[in-house]
Amino acid sequence: MTTMPVSSWGRLAQPLHHIVALRDATAVPDLLRTGQGAGLAFGMGRSYGDVCLNDGGTLWKTTGLDRFVSFDEQSGLLVCEAGALVRDIQRLVIPRGWILPVTPGTQLITVGGAIANDVHGKNHHVLGSFGDHVKRIRLVRTDGSIIDCGPSEHAEWFAATVGGLGLTGVMTEVQIQLRRTSGPWLDTETIPYAGLDEFFTLADGSESGWEHTVSWIDCLDRSGRGVFMRGNPATRTDIPAPAKVGAGMPVVPPVSLVNGPSLRAFNTLYFNLKKHRAGRQQAHYEPFFYPLDNVPNWNRMYGPKGFFQYQSVVPRDVARDAVQAMLEVVSRSGSGSFLAVLKTFGDRESPGLLSFPRPGATLALDFPNKGEPTHKLFAQLDAIVMEAKGRLYPAKDARMPQAMFQAGYPGLEEFSKFRDAGISSALSRRLMGS
Amino acid sequence: MKRIAIIGATSLIAEQSARLWVREAVALTLVGRELSRLERIAADLRVRSPQSSIVCKVTDFADARAIASFVDDLDAEGGAQDLVLIAHGTLPDQKACEQDLVVAREALAVNGLSPVLFAEAFARRMAEKGQGTIAVIGSVAGDRGRRSNYVYGAAKSLVDRYLEGMRHRFAGTGVRVITIKPGPTDTPMTAHLKGGVKLAAPEDVAAAIVSGVEAGKPVIYAPFKWRIIMAVIRALPTVIFNRLNI
Repeated sequence: MTTMPVSSWGRLAQPLHHIVALRDATAVPDLLRTGQGAGLAFGMGRSYGDVCLNDGGTLWKTTGLDRFVSFDEQSGLLVCEAGALVRDIQRLVIPRGWILPVTPGTQLITVGGAIANDVHGKNHHVLGSFGDHVKRIRLVRTDGSIIDCGPSEHAEWFAATVGGLGLTGVMTEVQIQLRRTSGPWLDTETIPYAGLDEFFTLADGSESGWEHTVSWIDCLDRSGRGVFMRGNPATRTDIPAPAKVGAGMPVVPPVSLVNGPSLRAFNTLYFNLKKHRAGRQQAHYEPFFYPLDNVPNWNRMYGPKGFFQYQSVVPRDVARDAVQAMLEVVSRSGSGSFLAVLKTFGDRESPGLLSFPRPGATLALDFPNKGEPTHKLFAQLDAIVMEAKGRLYPAKDARMPQAMFQAGYPGLEEFSKFRDAGISSALSRRLMGS
Repeated sequence: MKRIAIIGATSLIAEQSARLWVREAVALTLVGRELSRLERIAADLRVRSPQSSIVCKVTDFADARAIASFVDDLDAEGGAQDLVLIAHGTLPDQKACEQDLVVAREALAVNGLSPVLFAEAFARRMAEKGQGTIAVIGSVAGDRGRRSNYVYGAAKSLVDRYLEGMRHRFAGTGVRVITIKPGPTDTPMTAHLKGGVKLAAPEDVAAAIVSGVEAGKPVIYAPFKWRIIMAVIRALPTVIFNRLNI
C-alpha cells in the first residue's frame, strides 16, 4: 500500500489517499474483507468532482483488472473485468463487426466507471444509457460476499449498482451486450444554428433519422448560437490505424488560460470554423465520439485551481426556457467555457435508481475555479434547475447542495438500502451524510 | 506459428508483453506457479487473439532438476521455442535479507539462479537447432551494488554476467541472448515504493521489450533513459558513490 495525492479530472483538490492496486479479480473478496477503513473503487479518475475521491481513505485502483474473459462473436456478448477500458474494448471489437452501444465523450474510462455513473452518449434517444446494455455485474461487497446481478437476476441490486456511484460494492467482472456495426466510420452532418428554437427544431427533427446528435453552444452569446452535429453509422469498412495522440498540455500553466477575452475569441473562431465546414462528411468514430482524447491533459489548461463542470438535465416541457435562463446567467457573468454542450435526451427511463439521464435537455458547462464568484454563479444556476424540477449529474459535481440532490433523485431512499457500509466517497459523505 | 514461452507469465511486464506478441498468431506457452492466475491471463489473450494457441503450465521454479525436465518436455512436445521470455522475480526487503540469511538466500535463488537455469535449459535445444531467442528480465539494479538493494542487485548482476557469457558462446550463430533491464516499473513488485523516481508504465516497458527483441538488441534498457542514468552511476568513482544516498 502506498499513500499519494489523487485528484479527479476537475483538479480542484489533491487529497491524500491510500492506494491499493487490484490485479487479481479472484483475490478481491479477501482483500476487501481484510481492509481497514472505508474504501472506494477508482478507475481512470475521469469524473470531474469528488465522486471518485475518498479523502484520507483508501482507493482500490481497478485499472489492473483489465482482462477480457470471453467474447462470443456470434452473439456479441462480451465478458470482461471491470477495469477494462472503453478504448480497448472498442479497438478489440470494432474490427470484428461489433461496437459498444453507448459510450460517453471520452473512451479513457473503465467499464466499471461507465456503469457506476451510468454514462450516456450522443445516441441516448435511440439506445439509452450504458447500463441498458449491461447483462450481468459481479459485485463484491466488503464483507467478502459476491452478488451476481443483472436486469433479471437480483434486479434490485442491479438497479442500485447501475448509476450507484460505486457505493454498493466493487465490480470485478461485467457482461455487456454489444451491437452490430459495419465498421468504424460515421456519416455526419454539421449544421450551425442561430438560437435555441432552431436547436430544438433540429434536435426533434433528427430524433428518428439520426442515431447520434449533440451540439456545441456558445455560452457567451445570449442568442444561443451554436453548431449541431449528427451522425449515423456508415457502411465504409476499412479500419485505419488509431490516430497519433497529440501533445496536449504538458504542464499546468500558473493561471487558467480560460478567461473572458480568450474565451470570446475562441468561441467566435470555433463557431466560424464550424460554420465554414458545415455540411456532410465521413468521420472516424474516435474523433467523432471522443474529440478531446487527442488532447491529453486538456483539463490542465484551467490552471492550478482546477475547474468545475456543471451538467444539468431539465424536463422537456420547460427545457427551452430553463436553458435560455441559464445561458443568460452565464453570459452576464462573463465566465463560461469552451465546452458548452447541449443535447436532448430521449423519452425513456434509465435503468439505475440514481441514473442521471431522464427525458429532457442536458446542458454541460465548464467553469474555471475562481472561488466565491463561481459558487455565486452556481447558486443562480441551481435556482433555475430546481425551479424546472431538473437535476445535476453527480459524475460532474463537486458542490451541489444536499437538498438539490435529494430533490433531483427520488430513488435515493430506496438506494440507501443497498449501500455497502465499508464504502464511502467524498461525494457520498457530502450528499448522503456517510 | 512462432513458438513463444513465457516463464513467470503472471508478472505484469510479461502479461503486457504477451498482449503485444499475440497481435499476430503465435503458439504461446504461459508458465507460472498458479494455474488459476495463468488461466485468467490466457483467457484474455485468447479473446485478443482467437487465431493463437495458448496453453498454461505450472512448474517448480527453485529446483534445477525440475527446471531441466520441464523444459525438456516442453521442447519435446513441439520442438525448440523461437522465443523465450524469462520474467519471474521478487523484490526482496533488503533489511530482512541482512538480518535473515534464509531470506537472503531465497532472494538470490529466485532472482539470480532460477532465471539463468531456465535460460541454460532452453539454450540446449536452441543450440542444436542453431536459432532462437532467449530474453531475460534483469534490472538496472544489477549495474552497481547499492546499499538500498544489493541482494536483489547482486542476483540481477549474476543474470547479467551469465547472459553475457551465453551471448559470447552463441556469437556467430542464430541464437540470440538478450538482457532486459527495466528501470523501476509500476507493478505489484514495487507497490510499496514511495515517491522518488517516477515509475515506468508496464505497457511502455513491454513495448520496449517487444521492439528490442524484434531488433535483436543484446541489452535493452526500458525506458531508454536508464541506459544513460546507469552509465553515469557506473562511472562514478567509489569515493563519490559512497557518499550518495541512492
